[in-house]
Amino acid sequence: MTESRLTVLKTHKLFIKGAFPRGESGRTHPLHDKDGGVLAQLCTGSRKDLREAVEAAKAAQPSWAASTPYLRGQILYRLAEMIEGRADELTAALRETTGASAKNARAEVNAAVDRTICFAGWADKLGSVLGNQNSVAAPYWNFTAPEPVGTLGIIAPEEAPLLGFVSMWLPALCAGNTVIVLASERFPLPALLMAESMPSSDVPAGVFNLLTGFREELLKPFASHREIDGVVAAVNNAQATVLREQGADNLKRVRILDDRHDWSSESCDGPDAFGGTVEYKTTWHPLSAE
Amino acid sequence: MSTATPSPKAAKWDYAPAPESFRPEINADHGLFIDGKFAPAKSGRTMNVINPATEEHLTRVSEAGKSDVDRAYKAARKALRGWSRMKAGERGKLLFRVARKLQERAREFSVLETLNNGKPIKESRDADIPESAKHFFYHAGWCDKLRYAVAGGHEPGPVGVCGQIIPWNFPLMMAAWKLAPALACGNTCVLKPAETTPLTALRLAELFCDCDFPPGVVNIVTGGPEAGKAIAQHEGFDKIAFTGSTEVGRGIVKGCAGRPVRLTMELGGKGAQLIFADAAIDQAVESAVLGIFYNQGQVCCAGSRLLVEESIAEMFQAKLLHRMASLRMGDPMDKNTDVGAINSAAQLKRIAGYVKIARNEGAVVHECGVGEIPKKGFWCKPTALGGVQPAHVVAREEIFGPVVCLMTFRTVDEAVARANDTPFGLSAGVWTEKSAKMFDVARRLRAGVVWCNGFNLFDAASPFGGMKESGFGREGGRHGLLEYLAH
Repeated sequence: MTESRLTVLKTHKLFIKGAFPRGESGRTHPLHDKDGGVLAQLCTGSRKDLREAVEAAKAAQPSWAASTPYLRGQILYRLAEMIEGRADELTAALRETTGASAKNARAEVNAAVDRTICFAGWADKLGSVLGNQNSVAAPYWNFTAPEPVGTLGIIAPEEAPLLGFVSMWLPALCAGNTVIVLASERFPLPALLMAESMPSSDVPAGVFNLLTGFREELLKPFASHREIDGVVAAVNNAQATVLREQGADNLKRVRILDDRHDWSSESCDGPDAFGGTVEYKTTWHPLSAE
Repeated sequence: MSTATPSPKAAKWDYAPAPESFRPEINADHGLFIDGKFAPAKSGRTMNVINPATEEHLTRVSEAGKSDVDRAYKAARKALRGWSRMKAGERGKLLFRVARKLQERAREFSVLETLNNGKPIKESRDADIPESAKHFFYHAGWCDKLRYAVAGGHEPGPVGVCGQIIPWNFPLMMAAWKLAPALACGNTCVLKPAETTPLTALRLAELFCDCDFPPGVVNIVTGGPEAGKAIAQHEGFDKIAFTGSTEVGRGIVKGCAGRPVRLTMELGGKGAQLIFADAAIDQAVESAVLGIFYNQGQVCCAGSRLLVEESIAEMFQAKLLHRMASLRMGDPMDKNTDVGAINSAAQLKRIAGYVKIARNEGAVVHECGVGEIPKKGFWCKPTALGGVQPAHVVAREEIFGPVVCLMTFRTVDEAVARANDTPFGLSAGVWTEKSAKMFDVARRLRAGVVWCNGFNLFDAASPFGGMKESGFGREGGRHGLLEYLAH
């Protein structure tokens, strides 16, 4: 005999500075399942929540960038372990919200774990692959090395809410940036579940921050915030224009990926994925025995 | 209260005049170089070009308008297919030719550069022209090796048609920095030299003809802001590469926001040189002088802020002023001249405005140098500002002239924080004899180029470009090449 009981409806919260605040406005909006039913409530991130997140990300950036690449690699590996451990839950979330088949949902989760592993391995190879010595015509040792851009705004794609989502910020974290990610507006559930894995995976507070909310409302604040050094966004042309135009005020680095980007392509695992997350410093050092 | 201290007595060095006597012929009129031919602007409008050291008229050049720029872009588009599909080694040979011919005609180009820009002949002779040749030589060698330049190993292609806008401070060198990598990667170009300094770029156009470049691969249009706007707002380019002020750069980025075009922005700077107490002081003084008075300080990566460790600040300032007192200002064509003319009346006015602001803000103004200010031309004495606070306008804004701010620090952390306390991020210098400290500081400075125990060093093989509001993209080296490749 089964007793009927009421299910506890969850309100998914934002993830800022390693904590789960409700958002300053107190607004919420519903999360729908694939059939249009209400699955849970979502906090509606605001411009002010973005400001809080930027402050956290900016404060966390210098020490994250200064941590050894080996350590960053290990932390990302630990994150992959966490995702693998929640594979069933993530698969269910994808099926419930996007309507993906069991097979496809599982494949997306597997690919997300594998991509995380891939970038765990990139952290201490990035400098060797993207940097080099330069043979200058003077007695100087001259080299160019990649450095993180700083604090990045990431606009995750609407589709591929898990694989696209992780592919957007893994290179950024790997290279030593801190991020504020705006989750898919329609399908934010996998991202929210991932955020719940963050505190247990040794990613320091403030390094990864997640907002849910409306693109229409948040794109401009992302683009115009002067403490955000760059934006990596999977958006349509109109949204890209907004980001580039508003971002020009502080010469933001803006990298646009097609919102229909093929997240299973090999280029997502390769050095191209670091576009918009690194810039180059060239150092000259004299050679002399004097 | 600002009190100007008398400049220290110069060391007595008498030199006999040593003027460069060679004068290349300069045509009375210059057309626009489009599709392999020189022709006047459609409107028939022209601009006068003068020598900033004497205000003498040098020549007239055509002033391009919208329709001229359109014609240039069409020529570049038409030439793209043939140029990008030319056998890479052959393309390289054409660029090697340019390098060689520039070397052969170095004297002619040096004199032209100094006449038109006002910089000392020893600088155009020893740096501008040889470095320009080197840029073509370096990039010529890349043509058949592009696939190895890109991580990933696939064969990259050109970006396409490039609009390129360059400043007046290093007229030929900037043209070389823009054209050489673009052409090596198979792109075609529309280049606009600065309004006041078109001469060497136009001479370079002749040189491209002499080297048998296919028409339309390189187009050079002279003009003012209208031509610049036409280049940046045209629908026919795939990339814009701009070197100039942050303000104009920002406008170009906004203007291109709706299109998926590539951009390289090399903008302003407020470079800091950090001088630690354990530095080799005499060399550091030389570096400070080179950092700010080279090219009359009209250098985007100039070391316009000297941050000196407090314990040696007084001694350092005395040595600096002593050294500044022996800088010889005057005829740029004299081979002994250290400090030449400011490029234009407008720039001189801007610099003088900043010195006035410095006085009003309470800085101590030291104006130094040997030589009377000539009656004609645009001149500014080498100037050091003492007692500058980090919040002062002159410590924050780019002056683009021979004016340096002296400031102090006590700890390594403070030095780094002060150096980074600017929206710019182009260049920085570190002076210390301790290598671990040097690399630690170099790593923490937010600048695209960091010079250790040196300053203002450039090389075709070495990427140059800024972080933060100094722009994005690199020029030179493998990283500069990537900006002109679609991959």
